[in-house]
Amino acid sequence: MPILEVIEIGKSFGTLQVLQDISFSLEKGETLAIIGSSGSGKTTLLRCLNFLERPDRGKIIVNNEVIFDAANPDTQRESEVRKKRLHFGLVFQNFNLFPQYTVLKNVTLALELLARERPNYKQEKKDILNEIQERAKTLLSQVGLSDKLEFYPHMISGGQQQRVAIARALALEPDILCFDEPTSALDPELTGEVLKVIRNLAERHTTMIIVTHEMDFAREVADRVIFMDDGVIVEQGSPEEVFGNPREERTKQFLTRYTKV
Amino acid sequence: MNNIPVIISRLSESFLLNCKIFGITLLFSLPLGLVITFGSMSRFRPLRWLVRTFVWVIRGTPLMLQLIVIYFGPGLMNMAFSWPGGTAGRFVAANVAFIINYACYFSEIFRGGIESIPQGQYEAGQVLGMTKKQIFFKVILLQVIKRIVPPVGNEVITLVKDTSLARIIANKEIIMMAGEYSNNGLIWPLFATGIYFLVFVGVLTILLDWLEKKLGYFRV
Repeated sequence: MPILEVIEIGKSFGTLQVLQDISFSLEKGETLAIIGSSGSGKTTLLRCLNFLERPDRGKIIVNNEVIFDAANPDTQRESEVRKKRLHFGLVFQNFNLFPQYTVLKNVTLALELLARERPNYKQEKKDILNEIQERAKTLLSQVGLSDKLEFYPHMISGGQQQRVAIARALALEPDILCFDEPTSALDPELTGEVLKVIRNLAERHTTMIIVTHEMDFAREVADRVIFMDDGVIVEQGSPEEVFGNPREERTKQFLTRYTKV
Repeated sequence: MNNIPVIISRLSESFLLNCKIFGITLLFSLPLGLVITFGSMSRFRPLRWLVRTFVWVIRGTPLMLQLIVIYFGPGLMNMAFSWPGGTAGRFVAANVAFIINYACYFSEIFRGGIESIPQGQYEAGQVLGMTKKQIFFKVILLQVIKRIVPPVGNEVITLVKDTSLARIIANKEIIMMAGEYSNNGLIWPLFATGIYFLVFVGVLTILLDWLEKKLGYFRV
């Protein structure tokens, strides 16, 4: 049973159709890489999954539960969207850390706010907050930042900031963790440390969707690859299929362009 | 009447009126400014245009004129409302004019500050399951405050000196007091008023610098 099913998602901005008939599914523990040139709709697709954009058509099903159906307004109520979002985590291209909080607080903030909604929060506040701290520290050590807990975002490098962002997203234990070009805003010498963290997550069978321009990385780490162009999925399959033996002309062209550069 | 200590004590006493107007205006115009900001950013178009037109009128006309209109307007237009008589009425009317005027200026600074925060900060909060309120108060607000301290500081310093406009509706503030001496040929008290303003603004500047440093621990 797939953990995620996306069925015929479509999205337009005005007259511009950015997504058309997007369907795919993802098994638990799989890593899916989405490749394609700029403007192909990859980022919009991720934003739709995270409810930052509302698709005009289609359905999104997580764990057999329809969390979004364009035809059914009941699935789009603002109050529920907030909870449903938590099925997904999103790591942004520009990190978007909260500048006024320390590295540690960046990771704990959302957990602390969510914990307030627990019925036993008042009685067990201290234990809950301690537990959140510990969890955040564990995650930050996983991404190699144990020595930066009390630093503010502007004091650390872009690669370190992105690793904090990954820890922050992991803290909420999403079913599916999404990456939107996680290394595009980084200097080349800093991409390695971020990719290493993501590779680690893949080895631990974290379910992930990665939009990326790092072809070698996508080929190495992904279980499946989707190639998008002009808002449609042109080709999907295993990395061997898509990279090694692409069927579609558009895929071939894209890949030759990319390997040349 | 050339007794220096007496003149100084009378100047100081009248400067207290400037200080009062300053304090009251700041206290009320900052929160009112935030309310106006929300109005001018409202998604409900009629409200947005109403508020923006109001801000245009207030920023587009002299504060001196606003003082006169607010103080004399109700009486001249035969409105049921009127200001209390005597000093109290003039003082309240001056404060009302200052509060409205400064709230409009502050609201534009606040709007600029809020709009300058990158969309990504809101989105980061959203994908982490925060409510709109939590995003505003836990993520956005402090960043806005940090960004608007310098322009707000500017307005606050302007306000110190603008308080002397209250004399237009016969509030006996320091310039008006000194003017009574200069009308009788004694000019130095008028010059001396500058020292009061300078000292006040000096203290404010130190406070504002301190606040900026206090918020210097992070970068936006």
